[in-house]
Amino acid sequence: MPKQSPVPDELTKPFFDACNEDRLVVQRCNECTERDGLLMLQHPPAEECYRCGPEGTLEWHEVSGRGRIQSYVTMYDTPVASLQEDQPFNIAVIELWEDKNALFLSHLPGTPVREVPMGAEVRVVFEETPANGQKVAEWEVVGD
Amino acid sequence: MTENAPADFYRTQENPGLWEHRGKVAAVGIGHSPTARRWDGQASTSIGAWAMVAIRNAIEDAGISASDVDGLVLDRSTTTGAWWPEGDPLPEDVISQFQPGVEPFDGIAALSSEWILNNMPELDNVSFTMYGPGCMSNVICVASEAIGRGLANTVVLVKAWHNFPGRYYQGGANARPLVEGPAVWRNPWGVSAATGDGWTFQEYMAKYGKTHDMMAPFIVEEKKNGLLFPEGFFAQHRPDEVTVEDYVNARWIVEPMNLFDHDMPIHVAVAYVFTTAERAQDMAQTPVYILNHGTTRPKFGLTQGLDNAEASTDSTGRKMLDGAGITADDLSFENMYEGFTTFHNYFIEGLGYAGIKRGEALDLYAGDISITSDKPVSPSGGNQGGGRTRIWMHTDTIQQIQGRAGDRQIRMPAEVGISGGPMPQGGDFTIWSATPD
Repeated sequence: MPKQSPVPDELTKPFFDACNEDRLVVQRCNECTERDGLLMLQHPPAEECYRCGPEGTLEWHEVSGRGRIQSYVTMYDTPVASLQEDQPFNIAVIELWEDKNALFLSHLPGTPVREVPMGAEVRVVFEETPANGQKVAEWEVVGD
Repeated sequence: MTENAPADFYRTQENPGLWEHRGKVAAVGIGHSPTARRWDGQASTSIGAWAMVAIRNAIEDAGISASDVDGLVLDRSTTTGAWWPEGDPLPEDVISQFQPGVEPFDGIAALSSEWILNNMPELDNVSFTMYGPGCMSNVICVASEAIGRGLANTVVLVKAWHNFPGRYYQGGANARPLVEGPAVWRNPWGVSAATGDGWTFQEYMAKYGKTHDMMAPFIVEEKKNGLLFPEGFFAQHRPDEVTVEDYVNARWIVEPMNLFDHDMPIHVAVAYVFTTAERAQDMAQTPVYILNHGTTRPKFGLTQGLDNAEASTDSTGRKMLDGAGITADDLSFENMYEGFTTFHNYFIEGLGYAGIKRGEALDLYAGDISITSDKPVSPSGGNQGGGRTRIWMHTDTIQQIQGRAGDRQIRMPAEVGISGGPMPQGGDFTIWSATPD
């Protein structure tokens, strides 16, 4: 599906640079991780920690590229012109294995519409977008 | 220059205690403009002109003179999602018929306090102005707080919505090959406005064993109530009921949200008159007292998800009831926002309206939720029944308690009501009462 190509900015460049190297990185809050004794991640990236705000120190952290399908919809009337020919299509929310607060979207390539297995395990793949070649994170259901 | 209300005007605390101005502020007057699906390009129907119509109607309804008004609270934004087409020239023939405001599209695609005051010289005693950005739910909180604090005595509240020809969200950034800014996380996947609630409702159905079709009785009732609202778009222009079959066979926009789960943008302006409880006694309409206003503004990331929707609406329910000093049993009716219909489920479950718990809203809809039931649901017909304005729920609540809701008047005594929105994950809410205590 011909996705729009993201143009990275200062905040998002580390994420998109990693995608171009087929690596998945997300932000980790060092203060929340230390305080709670759990790996505290967030995605999409932000200037501040979702939980502790400006108190947190955020660093990029490479993750496994595994997750699960939190939810999904079937899109029949997208406002994005480049995707309209491919309707209907899936748009799933993926929560990262390491922390369900790190969320991604996915078309679930290979999964037919209206046959999305909610809760199923997925793994990241990196897909090149047509306009500028920028890769984005996509997700495929892990087979039996 | 008029400023947005400061943060301390909003009661966002988890345990706010009784509102210190509880029962000391009252709604009295209501004024609506006509409605249209879209602006026809005439000066007389521009959103500025219709805002003036609504204000004058509200002042007349309250039985006061324009000089009695000393405060003006409004939302400066008027867009329903439609923007002036990129590259199109300004409609100078319309703009030139009014006094200017502070920006080029004032009165056409925006509404500043300056524009209103410059074009309504009869409002010659206004000394307090403030913006409540977002929608009327926000404006109500700001005006109530301003009157409660003694910053103004008699306030006109205004919310206007313009709608232009054409489908919005088409073209522009959505038609370009590159995407920038926060949209990089959403646009490449083709997300639309209702997609987030579609994800949440999918989780809801899976968690509680419900189906989309179970929403049908709610939508049918909403449409029915909307046709009893003479100020509303559908009563004025498309007086057709919607059946269960219409709903379950409607085309998907983004499954599980179909055409009737989306509200329809319209062109309209609405105004209210609020004042002190004391001053209200001398006005033409029965005072409706504000027992509490509250705001929920949670933080979340890419999308709210069911966990956040439930946590946020639990918080809203607690803070609204506690801050008003009432329980859910005291609510005679509710008018919570339903601009994507499924929002309504999370709100009324969070309130515990009609004794329901999490996962039971759709079961409630299967029973009698009409205006003749013991616990009416959305007697306004909401935004589905009246068109996208996010105001029907407030107008109806005031009218119900004043006993002048006409054919929509609920059978049970309308003593206490709640209204507000827009989003489960963030909004502004009000509890209204026939008595100040």
